[in-house]
Amino acid sequence: MSLLKLENLSVTFGNFRAVDQISYSVNEGEVLGIVGESGSGKSVSSLSLMGLIDYPGKVSADQLTFMDQDLLSMPEAQRRKITGSDIAMIFQDPMTSLNPCFTVGYQIIEALKTHQGGTKKELKHRAIELLTLVGIPAPESRLSAYPHQLSGGMSQRVMIAIAIACNPKLLIADEPTTALDVTIQAQIIDLLIDLQKEKQMGLVLITHDLALVAEVAHRVIVMYAGQIVESGPASEVFSAPKHPYTQALLASLPESAAGRARLQALPGVVPGQYDRPKGCLLSPRCPYVTDHCRNVEPTSQGSLERQVKCHTPLNTQGRPAA
Amino acid sequence: MFQFIFRRLSLVIPTFIGITLLTFTLIRLIPGDPIEVMAGERGVSAERHAELSAQLGFDQPLYVQYFHYVTGVLQGDLGNSLVTKEPVLSEFLTLFPATIELAFCAAIFAIFVGLPAGMIAAVKRGTLFDHSVMTFSLTGYSMPIFWWALLLMLIFSVTLGWTPVSGRIDVVYWIDDVTGFMLVDSILSGEDGAFSSAVAHLILPSIVLGTIPMAVIARMTRSSMLEVLSEDYIRTARAKGIAPWRVIIIHALRNALIPVITVIGLQVGILLSGAILTETVFAWPGIGKWLIESISRRDYPVVQGGILIVATIIIVVNLMVDITYGIVNPRIRHSR
Amino acid sequence: MTIATLQAPAPRTPLQEFWYYFKGNKGAVSGLVFIIVICLMALFADVVAPHSPSDQARDALLLPPAWMEGGNWAYVLGTDDVGRDILSRIIHGARLSLSVGLVAVTASLFMGILLGLVAGYCKGVVDTIIMRIVDIMLAMPSLLLAIAIVAVLGPSIVNAALAISIVSLPHYVRLTRAATMAEMSRDYVTSSRVIGASPLRLMFICILPNCVAPLIVQATLGFSSAILDMAALGFLGLGAQPPTPEWGSMLADALQFVQRAWWVVTFPGLMILLTVLAFNLMGDGLRDALDPKLKQ
Repeated sequence: MSLLKLENLSVTFGNFRAVDQISYSVNEGEVLGIVGESGSGKSVSSLSLMGLIDYPGKVSADQLTFMDQDLLSMPEAQRRKITGSDIAMIFQDPMTSLNPCFTVGYQIIEALKTHQGGTKKELKHRAIELLTLVGIPAPESRLSAYPHQLSGGMSQRVMIAIAIACNPKLLIADEPTTALDVTIQAQIIDLLIDLQKEKQMGLVLITHDLALVAEVAHRVIVMYAGQIVESGPASEVFSAPKHPYTQALLASLPESAAGRARLQALPGVVPGQYDRPKGCLLSPRCPYVTDHCRNVEPTSQGSLERQVKCHTPLNTQGRPAA
Repeated sequence: MFQFIFRRLSLVIPTFIGITLLTFTLIRLIPGDPIEVMAGERGVSAERHAELSAQLGFDQPLYVQYFHYVTGVLQGDLGNSLVTKEPVLSEFLTLFPATIELAFCAAIFAIFVGLPAGMIAAVKRGTLFDHSVMTFSLTGYSMPIFWWALLLMLIFSVTLGWTPVSGRIDVVYWIDDVTGFMLVDSILSGEDGAFSSAVAHLILPSIVLGTIPMAVIARMTRSSMLEVLSEDYIRTARAKGIAPWRVIIIHALRNALIPVITVIGLQVGILLSGAILTETVFAWPGIGKWLIESISRRDYPVVQGGILIVATIIIVVNLMVDITYGIVNPRIRHSR
Repeated sequence: MTIATLQAPAPRTPLQEFWYYFKGNKGAVSGLVFIIVICLMALFADVVAPHSPSDQARDALLLPPAWMEGGNWAYVLGTDDVGRDILSRIIHGARLSLSVGLVAVTASLFMGILLGLVAGYCKGVVDTIIMRIVDIMLAMPSLLLAIAIVAVLGPSIVNAALAISIVSLPHYVRLTRAATMAEMSRDYVTSSRVIGASPLRLMFICILPNCVAPLIVQATLGFSSAILDMAALGFLGLGAQPPTPEWGSMLADALQFVQRAWWVVTFPGLMILLTVLAFNLMGDGLRDALDPKLKQ
């Protein structure tokens, strides 16, 4: 059963479309990977799911439902009951994501108190349980620590503890390891995946680490300049990419360059507010570009299960279909 | 924590020594012979001059004079007023409560108006309210407060007749000086209407004196709050599903207040120097008026002693602000 | 799609960039306009003012402003207790206030830059001594310190200007020192030093130009506090002495007119407020324009 379903979700800031009509769904117990370059709208789209887009940003969608409840039309107070309990989120930089003025314990207990309540003793007990669950040693004494006394990895564990405090059904992890040391990254991902399996949560994992997505995700979405260019089961997308952009991303992995002299790189950058091309957004960077691509924007082809936004999707040999 | 306080204290001592040096030198910078200057137009005979010079220690080398001065200061001896012959310290102590009362009410006004105004302006950024707060605070910040005092007096006392023109209480009341604080003494006196008269006398001076600090606090709170509201941890708090007011009051304000507390502390200096102007306009019998009068009477020991005390108070308050800052901000408290 | 038609703005020179941001700030522009008007007024005071500031019209004492009953268009803003035209005194007062501000700011800017550069460049004992003195001066409210200095030197407009320039010194010293310290650790300074630039060249040619932006802002704001302090000293009888048309001292004995001649009280103070406000507005605008990164 699908937990979260969105159809044609857009987030605009004035004239600028940070997220442009994206549609996808997340099922219970499913790991969905969202990949893309910086500025491709991955973070903004997930913030909009949490209701964290502020004026002047505007969120619109044909459908945005969580467990069949319409998130966009419900009153704000009701939506806050879902935010932080049923849908939780962890962020990129754990060092700045914890409030420096409050202890770790206070910040965990605050999440519990907001959605579940309980006596002081129960809450404290639960907070210790959570810290143990995320693998923090000596949890009792950590409760009274301030964020600046923790390392980056520890802080991210605390952030995870806060996020899973109310047993969310959907966890959104926005580049949870980007700001961490390489050695810590694997530990945090393992922890997240273990928790996901244990609690059968839906997990949206936003990252630009393709290898990671290939390893842990069931399905994957590739975003470019605010749009979904390709989506599908992780194994299919990675073994037989249909969109030139996905192909280029995969080619730029060091693993795929084994034996070759140079790493493959996609020239150019993601278009911004002022340099959006007229046709396909990838057209200035695409190796297979045609005049048709430069003038006419492609539409999404295929089912919601396997979609691609390209005039000439690649075949299994990695060449444009004629 | 104790180490933190100790370190701050050790920084205060050189500053205090510097200020004693300053007040000590100041009096010796007066053009001409200090004794003749102090004696004024009457002049002094040669023997009297020598006698005074020995008495005041002017015949000794400078460093000895300074040493005597500092030992005197540390024992609370700031010399005697040339006019009233009273010890400077005791004159100061009788007048100081009036200034504290005024400065305290001004600070209350400044904080209770400035803080919420700045906070709401930040939250409602870009709205009409925000723009008005910014305009008012910039105007308040640019205000020549002696003129502001005159203007408010013109409007509220003279034209509308709502508030009394000057002084601390109506002349019909005879209030015993118990604590020196008119608000307290007027209640203790038990006379009908004495307290409300004291309050009425305080309103305009407090507003005048509090105007600049209010403007500064409002601006500082707004910008600090704006900065904090864009922090990652505010996003985290909102992602927990906490009510917006709680995010602002608990998560944002606590952090935003850290720089504001420093600014509030710095206002003590502004309040005390502003008191000089405010007290002069409203005939408020405090130390500001006392200092100005002694300058025009060339009562140098009073000027010297008064400035020393006021500067010391400001240093002490700044020290207390520093320590409070440490208590509010865990990052500082735990550092070394 | 309309988005595609938007063009990226062409790159601007620093000066154009500055002006682009500055002119976008309505407050700053109106401040600038007001300051220009006041400056012109001060420069051509003799031509603009309808009367001499010291002319006493014996038959027109405490005349109300022209638009009031009993007013006279010869004295637009009315006259004071000895029959001097208030408008003319305000116009001539602008000359005094602005020149005192200019002298005080220039003097303290010059001294402050020098001390700040030396402190930041030399570090060690020299730095400690200079900064300790600066800290002591900052511990005292500027007005109190100015009053103390004037009390000792005797009340006069020159001493008041001197006192104001001394009390505003610490800000420039701190600013220059901080900027110097920051620039000193940059590679370009190290490389100049390596090729054998003399300390003076390093200080004035390499480092100083990089501290100019904050100093300009501080100097503009310093102007406003100089005018404010000057007026306060004048009001307390410690600045310009009575016959001189100075805004603050025009208010010195205004207290006695609060009851009967509001115009004597109102106009000079309004002028102080507007001028100080104009400088503050412009200072804020300059700060935002010179450092677009700080703009929110």
